[in-house]
Amino acid sequence: MMGTDKTLTVLGATLLALVAAGFLLPDWAVFLLTLSLARGLVVLGLLILWRSGLVSFGQALFFGTGAYTVGLLVLFAGLRDIVALTVLAALAAGLLAWLVGLLLTGYRDIFFAMLSMAFSMILYGILVKTELLGSTDGFNVPHPTFLGYAPAGEKMRVSIYLWTALVSMAAAYGVHRHLSSTMGQLGAAIRDNEIRVEYLGASVRRVLLIQVIIAGALAGAGGAVTAFAVGHIDPDAMAYWTVSGEFVFVTILSGTGHILAPFLGSLLFELIRSFAFQYSPYTWQMVLGTSLLLIILFLPNGLWSLYARLRKGG
Amino acid sequence: MALLETRGLTKTFGSVTAADNISVSIEAQEVIGIIGANGAGKTTFVNMVTGYQKPSSGSIWYRGQDITPHGPRQITRLGICRSFQVPQVFPSLSLFDNLLISLGVAEGERPAIWRPLRRPHLHAAAEEIVARYDLASYGGQLVALLPQGVRKLLDIAMAMAHRPQLILLDEPTSGVSVGEKFGIMDVVMGALRDTGVTVLFIEHDMEIIERYGSRVVAFAEGTILADGAPRDVLADEQVRRYVIGEALHRSSHARGGAPHA
Repeated sequence: MMGTDKTLTVLGATLLALVAAGFLLPDWAVFLLTLSLARGLVVLGLLILWRSGLVSFGQALFFGTGAYTVGLLVLFAGLRDIVALTVLAALAAGLLAWLVGLLLTGYRDIFFAMLSMAFSMILYGILVKTELLGSTDGFNVPHPTFLGYAPAGEKMRVSIYLWTALVSMAAAYGVHRHLSSTMGQLGAAIRDNEIRVEYLGASVRRVLLIQVIIAGALAGAGGAVTAFAVGHIDPDAMAYWTVSGEFVFVTILSGTGHILAPFLGSLLFELIRSFAFQYSPYTWQMVLGTSLLLIILFLPNGLWSLYARLRKGG
Repeated sequence: MALLETRGLTKTFGSVTAADNISVSIEAQEVIGIIGANGAGKTTFVNMVTGYQKPSSGSIWYRGQDITPHGPRQITRLGICRSFQVPQVFPSLSLFDNLLISLGVAEGERPAIWRPLRRPHLHAAAEEIVARYDLASYGGQLVALLPQGVRKLLDIAMAMAHRPQLILLDEPTSGVSVGEKFGIMDVVMGALRDTGVTVLFIEHDMEIIERYGSRVVAFAEGTILADGAPRDVLADEQVRRYVIGEALHRSSHARGGAPHA
């Protein structure tokens, strides 16, 4: 329980640093941080699944569901409040994850990965074909309000960023608590030996289902804040399989050693992508691929293992 | 009322009958040794009682309740636990964490989703088990790196985390060197005796059967050949021919020396 307190302190300090960064950094950097944190939310969910031995190649299903839940509620229900919409998006994605998870949790390894991808491509197919949802063009998402507060001009970007930072750190704490719980600790046990887990009296299916739901809800929240931050949603940016692939990419890049690793990895990913795109617009994917290759070669346990290694060495 | 009762338990795999009309009644506090040659149906029997395999026909009653349709998880929750011939543990975790997780799961109806696993009273309970099963020097080590004998003990200790009424041990000393066998059995039986759990153990070593069993059930070709006090069963003509003969052969072969059963 010492650990919990320490993590809470670290997360609190990180949140303060993020808030300060929001006021000190230039606009583009704040935007980049917002996207990184939102992506980090999705990767946080993948981290839970990863620890239980599952890799979802379809997390864009829930990311897209979150984004489109926001879009639809803004367009058709007139909702504008970012707090309510983030929660609703997470709930919608969590609900979908529950339904899909009932089937998914019967599979492992590559079958789990491929089936999750198949589900996400169904959503993509539906979105692309539906005129009402803007088809391949998607649609614009208007600015949100914050519990009645409607920031004007430049304050909007920072406000969305601050909300994203708050949600991210709260989610990180929640996931930390879950991973420290009996069920969270069962993840590694399930990865090792499902038979023993059942013979201890725990349901492997139920643990995995709950973790799929948590991961789905986190991805939904990530999709919701991304929709507001970008101000636009479309199937290719929200639900295509390459989006899922990027999430897995960042999970590997980050490593699963710490609850903050997903956010750090996402930040590095966004930085590499932005700068690669700026300086070599035609080969930026190659730069991205090379960096992943180097990380896998030299830090097989992800970015976070660098920190662990340094601390051990020091 | 018997603690466990099987009625006409039969299991067929295609044309092979692994268990044929097994009816046996077990009272609380008994320590029952199950003997039989390979393929006699011992493990099939344990698998059926613990819900791993469904019987083709017959039924299993635990404290007057029909548990035949239940799976391993429900049966564990009801108070029947087991260990395995090949230890079923969590190799990528430390021995201590293996125990903590077992205790954490046993603690509630369902594993806690939010409450931390590492709480003082669970730590204390795990420490106690470590001491009880003579595992103190291995606590922090990864299970993947531990010797087989230690893993066997851990497997049993994990099964006991639920404080079962009945524990089934599938060859607790197999894969362990001859020198270690009695040491392990002393630790296990000592720990089990203190809890008052009823024990059913499969064993090939007749010396161990004689020393620790209060009753012996001999299996041969899916049926019960003999059932009674160790001295009587082990002296039984048929048991000597079909079961112990095999065992003598096996043990002398394995030890490369004179049989001593």
